[in-house]
Amino acid sequence: MSQYKVQPGPEAFLSPSAASMGIVLPDPGEAHIEGTIVPEEEAFEEAARKFLAAKVPTIFPGPLVLWHWNENAAKQATAIRKLANAIPARLIPMADYRPKYPKIDPEVEINPNHPNLTIWHNKIDVCIFVGVHCHQANLALKIIRGGTNCYTMAMCAQAGHEDACLSFRDASVEKIERLTAAVLKLKSEGVESQAEEFTQIKLNRQGRIA
Amino acid sequence: MNKEVDLKGKKVKLSQHVKIGQKNKMNQTYTDVSDMFAAKGAPSFLTGSEVIRDAVKVAGVDISVAYPITPQSEAAALIGELYAEGYLLDYFRGESEFAVMGQCAGAAFGGARVFTTTAGPGTLRAMENFPMWAGSRLPIQVVVTCRGINSPLSIQPDTLEMAYLLETGMLVWHAETAQDLYDFILAGFMVSEQPDVHLPLANCCDGFFVTHTKDTVNKAPEDLCLPPYDPYKSPVPCMDMECPPVRMMRDPFVMKSNYISYSTHASWQQEVKAAVERSRKHTIAILGGLIETENVDREILIVSSGTAVSQGREAIRLLEAEGIKVGLVKIKTIRPFPYQEILEATANAKHIFVPEFNMAGWMAREIKALIPNNERVYAGPHVAGGMTMPSEVIAEEIKKHIGA
Repeated sequence: MSQYKVQPGPEAFLSPSAASMGIVLPDPGEAHIEGTIVPEEEAFEEAARKFLAAKVPTIFPGPLVLWHWNENAAKQATAIRKLANAIPARLIPMADYRPKYPKIDPEVEINPNHPNLTIWHNKIDVCIFVGVHCHQANLALKIIRGGTNCYTMAMCAQAGHEDACLSFRDASVEKIERLTAAVLKLKSEGVESQAEEFTQIKLNRQGRIA
Repeated sequence: MNKEVDLKGKKVKLSQHVKIGQKNKMNQTYTDVSDMFAAKGAPSFLTGSEVIRDAVKVAGVDISVAYPITPQSEAAALIGELYAEGYLLDYFRGESEFAVMGQCAGAAFGGARVFTTTAGPGTLRAMENFPMWAGSRLPIQVVVTCRGINSPLSIQPDTLEMAYLLETGMLVWHAETAQDLYDFILAGFMVSEQPDVHLPLANCCDGFFVTHTKDTVNKAPEDLCLPPYDPYKSPVPCMDMECPPVRMMRDPFVMKSNYISYSTHASWQQEVKAAVERSRKHTIAILGGLIETENVDREILIVSSGTAVSQGREAIRLLEAEGIKVGLVKIKTIRPFPYQEILEATANAKHIFVPEFNMAGWMAREIKALIPNNERVYAGPHVAGGMTMPSEVIAEEIKKHIGA
């Protein structure tokens, strides 16, 4: 069993992939926290605690849930918006994976090739990826771990991400709602959100509108 | 004959595809690979080339691209017959091995399950495509029927070309027998198409020794078929000229001179290697392990892959008759390399012999780089260029080395 822990960085000039350090992905019904396989229920509570303790909790929705390419994507997007409202958390989209030249606007978007710029600019301390293709998510998660102190989480539709500090697998509308329920449950028990005040940015296809 | 893996008992399921249980246009029922293995019938007596054909027949392959080069030509031609019978959606001859691998990439980018075969100089001619396949996360399967690659020309068995595949980012497996080859083709698609793996597989076998000799093979019933490939589970989006990896090929953003571009490329390479690592879990489940061992508590071990293992087995029988006890480690996956398994299997060995069908001794180098006290590793015996490796030669070399 690996002794490696998938923890917030900054870890290294070029941090290793967690898989190369012996971290193994969870099986169905499981999740991982910092590389340790746990029952999914435990991860829901831990993720909710991380979100509520964060100053700048942020959700990064990717193209699989940003674009209305099927009905399930629309349902997941609605569930993600409810999660953002429940925490409350910023929504910063990863609309596609193109390297942004000459310069990204890190306040309103994130890109898998240089995600650290968005983390640094907004001082994001806890984030979750949802609806991002696995390869691109792993690129971004590893770069974030290498260069920032952000606690990363992933709600993956496939097998999960060992490069995140905490990862779910087989994401669905129901699982996003379970995470929202875990946040609301902690709040009902008196755990308060530590999030700094912010205004949710509004975007359309041309860019920022508010 | 290799031992059967009790897949049924382990309840290994490598596909939850919605079409499992339904029939395809050839009236084959989509079936999980573990159930296909469990349903194997009476042995058939086939050449390796025929085994490739029969595996492809039940593998649900969409497209195959062919180019003639010995010793894979017969297999490629037999797959053409499957196309004529309706088992493949498309099949054609490329202009060269380089073109074939590019055409395979195009088909895989488009969401098809793709299979091809190559050998020797063809493998090297196609080489630029293999890291591109891996970097693009294309789960193409190529059977590499290993042969000589260097001048003077040889069409005969030689495993030197495998050394060139090791750092391409592909999965690299090495079949010992025709049965291995059949099983590896079917299991290979299921492992390499897992969303967390999603890499090409070089399914290697020793040319002629496996492709052109007959062996008994237990096959799955031909009215079963692997579940179809589901491109929606791909870890990368559909081909888009503006997004990596296509943008990297068209207008390499890594060529921009800035740290971010370099860092992204490094992270990309790490992710491909991470995906190779993730394949362990799935491969162990379906192949019963990355290695097979016999009597590894003994002080003398033979460790190798491919048909060098078969010759090693026979050498062990010869030595046993003289009172010299030798154990065996058969390596099935070269990438991922079974580090932990080999460390454990060789922990008590005093002498480790690595017979190989190539002059480079790349397998011995891999093992020497891995284990403590690597002076225990004896790189050899080696043969190449089509030479056979008589089991007597292995036995004599072992006796000479240990002073028996």
